[in-house]
Formats: sequence, C-alpha cells, structure tokens
Amino acid sequence: MTNILEIRNLHATVHGKEILKGVDLVLPAGEIHAIMGPNGSGKSTLSYVLAGRDGYEVTAGEILYKGQDLAVMEADERARAGIFLAFQYPVEIPGVANSVFLKAAVNAGRKARGEPELDAMDFLKKSKALLKTLDMDEKFLNRPVNVGFSGGEKKRNEIFHMAMIEPSLAILDETDSGLDIDALKVVSAGVNALRNENRSMLVITHYQRLLEHIVPDRIHVLAGGRIVSSGGKELALELEQNGYAGLTGDKSAA
Amino acid sequence: MSTPDSMDAVRAVTEGEYKYGFVTDMDEDRAPKGLNTDIVRFISARKNEPEWLLDWRLKAYQRWLGMADRDPKWARISHPPIDFQDLYYYSAPKSKADAPKSLDEVDPELLATYDKLGIPLREREVLAGVAVDAVFDSISVATTYKAKLGELGIIFCSMSEAVREHPDLVKKYLGSVVPAADNFYACLNSAVFSDGSFVYIPKGVRCPMELSTYFRINAAQTGQFERTLIVADAGSYVSYLEGCTAPMRDENQLHAAVVELVALEDAEIKYSTVQNWYPGDKDGKGGIYNFVTKRGACRGARAKISWTQVETGSAITWKYPSVLLEAEGSIGEFYSVAVTNNLQQADTGTKMFHLAPNTRSTIISKGISAGRSQNTYRGLVRVAPKAANARNYTQCDSLLIGDACGGHTTPYIEVRNRSARVEHEATASKISDDQLFYCRARGLGTEDAVSLIVNGFCKEVMQKLPMEFAVEAQKLLGVSLEGSVG
Repeated sequence: MTNILEIRNLHATVHGKEILKGVDLVLPAGEIHAIMGPNGSGKSTLSYVLAGRDGYEVTAGEILYKGQDLAVMEADERARAGIFLAFQYPVEIPGVANSVFLKAAVNAGRKARGEPELDAMDFLKKSKALLKTLDMDEKFLNRPVNVGFSGGEKKRNEIFHMAMIEPSLAILDETDSGLDIDALKVVSAGVNALRNENRSMLVITHYQRLLEHIVPDRIHVLAGGRIVSSGGKELALELEQNGYAGLTGDKSAA
Repeated sequence: MSTPDSMDAVRAVTEGEYKYGFVTDMDEDRAPKGLNTDIVRFISARKNEPEWLLDWRLKAYQRWLGMADRDPKWARISHPPIDFQDLYYYSAPKSKADAPKSLDEVDPELLATYDKLGIPLREREVLAGVAVDAVFDSISVATTYKAKLGELGIIFCSMSEAVREHPDLVKKYLGSVVPAADNFYACLNSAVFSDGSFVYIPKGVRCPMELSTYFRINAAQTGQFERTLIVADAGSYVSYLEGCTAPMRDENQLHAAVVELVALEDAEIKYSTVQNWYPGDKDGKGGIYNFVTKRGACRGARAKISWTQVETGSAITWKYPSVLLEAEGSIGEFYSVAVTNNLQQADTGTKMFHLAPNTRSTIISKGISAGRSQNTYRGLVRVAPKAANARNYTQCDSLLIGDACGGHTTPYIEVRNRSARVEHEATASKISDDQLFYCRARGLGTEDAVSLIVNGFCKEVMQKLPMEFAVEAQKLLGVSLEGSVG
C-alpha cells in the first residue's frame, strides 16, 4: 500500500505567527482520516497549507504528496495534480456560472494530466447525473458560483465540485458546519459514494457527529499545532464523552 | 487578507505588455505641423470638398480659436498641456490617382497590418458576413459589400465619399447632433476632421449585416480626427461595430473623434465599440489620448439608440456617448466596460437627456481598475419639465484589482418633472484574495482566474455585444489584464 500523503515535522506560520508546530501524519491510498481538534488548534491552517494558500508559510518539515515535495508547487499546480480542498466558507464569484467555472476547473486538471478535455455535452451529462445523487437541482449549473446559495447549498456545491474533479486527495474542511441533519446525510452520502481505493480523504471536523456518517479509518487529534493523539474510529466517541481537555490537558480547550 | 505573495501575483497578471505594438512603414501625404486657416483649407482641398463644407470648417476653426484656452478641465484626468501647434492635422496613405476599388488595389502592407491584428479582411468578409469600412490613416481604403447594401438603398461609405455623392444628406445632418462648437474637442474636430464613416438606412429597412469599421492610428504624431454620421430613417434598424488597436509609439497621440447618430420614428441604432488603442507603457509613456464626443438623437417617436462600449486601451479616455431623447417614447441605452491598468486614466460615462414624455433610459457601467490607474464613471441624467413619466435606471459597478488604483463614480441627476422615476445603484468591490485562492484551489492559473472573475463582473454588458464582437472583446479583457505569470 502506497501513501498518498506524508507530513513530517511540519511547522507553519501565518503572517509570521507559528500555528503548526511539528505535525506528523501519514495517509495511505484509499483511506479516510479525520482530523479533530478544538477551535484554534490549527485545523484550517493545515488545510490551507496543504492546498498551498499564499501567506501560509512552511518554516520546517516537509509534505510529500505521492512522494513529491509539495513545497515547489503553487496552489493551482497542486489542484491540477489532484489535491482538492472543500472550503469551510465557499467563495462567491458573481457573474460566473457554476458550470463555466467547473468546466474550466475540470479541464485544467485533465489538460495537466494529458487527458482529453471534456466537451460541453459530456460535461453536462456527467454534471446532471452527479447533481441528482446530491439532491441538487440542475439550476445549480447556471447560477453564479455560490452567489445566493444557502449554507447547505454551498457545502453541497463543494461536494459536487469534488465529484466532478475526481481528486486523488480530498481535504474536507469543516464540511459539516452549518448543515442540518438532512443536509448532513445527503452530503455524507455524496462523500461516501466517492470513496475508492485510489482516493484518500482528510476530513477536518470539530464534531464527532459527521464521523457517524463518514466513518474514517483513523482519527487524529490536533491541538496546539501538533497531533496529540491518534486512533481508530472509537476515538471520536471518547472525545465526545470527555471533550478535548482530556487529551490536550488544556481545560480551556474544552 | 492581502499578503505580499498574492499582491505579486495580481501585479504580475495586470502588467501585461501591449501585444499589438508595431509600425507599418508607409509613404505619407502629410500636411505640415500646426494649425491655421491654411491647414484647414489644405485638408478641405485635399478632399475636393465643396465650398459649404470649407465654410463650415473655417467657422468651426474660428470658434475653436475663441475657446483655445478652454479645453475641458473638469474630468478626473491629468496630462501635460497639449501643444496644438506641434501636431500634424492631416496624413493619408499614398494612393494612386483614385482610391482602390477592390482589395487587389489595396496596399499589400496595409493588408499585412490587418493580418497582424488578427482581422484579415478577406476572412472576416466571408466568415462573419461583416462589411468592413477600413479607416487607415484618415482615409478609407476598403469598402466591402457595398453593392449588396446598395440594393437595399443602404449607404455605407467614407465621409469623404458621402460629401461627394450624398451632399444633401450630409448637409442636413452633419453637426445636427453635435454642433460644430459643442465642446473644445468636437469643435477642433469640426475644423480639421479627416474622414470617417457615413451610414444611411432608408425607411423601413433592416440592415441585414453588422456594419463595421476598424480604426487605426499609424503615423507618428498625427492627430486623428474621425467624423462618423449614422442616420436611421423611420422604422429602420442598424447595428454598427467600431473597433481598433494601434501600434507602439513613444509620442502621445491625440484622437478627437465625433460620432453623431440620428434615429427617426421607430428606428433603432445599436452602436458597439471595442477600443484597444495603445495605452502607453508601464510608466505611462506613449499611448493615445482619446477625447471623443459621441451623441445620438432620437428624433422620432419610439426611436431607440443603444451604445455598448468595451474600453481597454488609450492612455487617457474622455468619452460620454449620450442620447438626446427628443421624441415621445424614445429609448436610450448605455452599456459600458472600462478597463484601466498601469497609469491609464479613464473618465467615461454617458448623458441621457429626457426631453419628451414617456422616454426611458438604462445605464449599466462596469469599471475595472488595476495597477496605478484611475477609472471614473461620470454620468448625467436630465429630465426636462416636458418629460412626463420619464424613467431611468442606472447601475455603476467598480472592480478594483490591487491596492494602488482608483475607481470613482460621479453621477449627476437633474429632475424637473415630478412624474419621473430615476434609480441609481452603485457598488465598489475588489477581486479578493479569497476569490483568487478559490479559483486556484480548483486548478485555474492566476491569469485565468482574473480573466474569469473580470468577465463575470462584466457579463451584463458583454451580453449586449454582437456575437462576433463578444469573442474578441472577451479576449481583449484577458489580454489587457494579462501578465507574464507562469
């Protein structure tokens, strides 16, 4: 079994402030790992560092994606290489139809991999099929990206993007936040449908609730910029009962 | 969140070099520098003009002398004073005895120039079905599809030819919308205008193709003074496209065109512009001064005039395509995208004069500023006492790229009839780091991301462009904000 992602002693700063202080994590191909942790533990920072956001600087350690050092890759190169970030707060792009945006994104990736670009017909066919599975109306294709979408619609749209782009590594940043239980089930089903032996996922969440629907292979607890505990899915239940304080020793983090 | 890295990315994207800079070497027939009555006479004589037109020019020149220190200073633009005695006022491509009658007679070097611009006449003729009246260095040298249009009674020719062949029409309408002494630059144009296009659509005729002119400034230090007149007779329709790009130059070039539109009862004129003149280099050196007066008059009931412009070029743009809504139920529209980058300055907008009852106007303006540029929307909506139930809707949106540019909105609203309804909406926004990162996290390069976001921002206006123009305009938006990234 090969590893999709290997993070070794990762230190990272945001605007000069050190947030990640030595993260180690290995994500094998085909597995789903969850990252849990209290607010301010560095969860979102980790997702941005992996996606290559400007201003998030790696100061020590390394990230290997399929054995390749990510440090030399720009955010868009990483995306085209198969790293996908589902945003906690998806961004609105007025005037740009969801379909136009997504088709450009899908074909940027296909072009980079030397695959033929999807034409309008193929794109539409595939989109419509996937929208159905996510319980989304076809109108989502023509609406401007995320503009006027409800919180739940935005999150579903992220999963729709993910399904169309077919990444090797998906990072889901608090995808459950702002979702009611019905929407959570739909989104989880969408994510589960994308599970396969070639796709790994890093599911970042504050709550154990999501992990009842997207059952991870392993759970890591991030606190104070480090992984302080790792275990099987039962770790989530333990956290549910005892809170993060029990693991981090920091009562304020509960 | 604005970080040094992302600012670099934006900067790199917005510092695109002008891609269409080149100079064609041609012999020129040129008047000496400077402006006086002899020059005005020279221009008129070169064009074998009738006495009445020479008189018209000379009167305009006298009026202009009277306003010589009154070049408009109210716009949010700045430039060193223009020495009007240091400019050439006439230059024409050297031709055989007469103007060429077909493409075969056209200077091959001129055709090659159009090739470089990506607008080969032959291909455009066939593919786009567009009749092209190509204005090159002040003289029209190629007019196509004339015969076909002639069958419908449509006149589409150079202004010089119209003066010769259709003097009554020219005499009747020239200066009827933009009077000779309307403003400083229009007055100058009236005195020295070189050439331009003339269009007449007879009663009830729907022009079957988009009429198109490509302007080009080629001779160094030659002011270019186009004069265009379009008359749509009762119940007719015409769509007119104007587009241009210019060679790389070190000297500032003055362009002071005048465009007049006349729409009679139930007639409709749609006038679309893609303007891409040399904007100057990154330090603002060179580049065209584009001081243009464009105005249309709805002279008959229910007439409609619609201006659509995509302005990406010129060092300075000073331009307010306007509509005089003189007749009951007439409609004026203005759709504009103005992009400024580096040190470009644009002060552009429109004037809608509601002079009759039940007149309507719509203004949609999208200003995009990047680099250290300044981009101003300036618009007037005036409702006269007689204009009962006049309606106006105005929307002005500014998009800023980077943190060293300026976007300004200066609306003037004068309402003198209580039944009028005037709406004005304005927004200002920036391309955010969040938007750029979101696009990049989906695999789009920074340039593609900026182009996508900007095209989304301008969508309402771009949709108003004729199909064959929209593609070119979309490309231009990308090019003018494109850089050396990656």
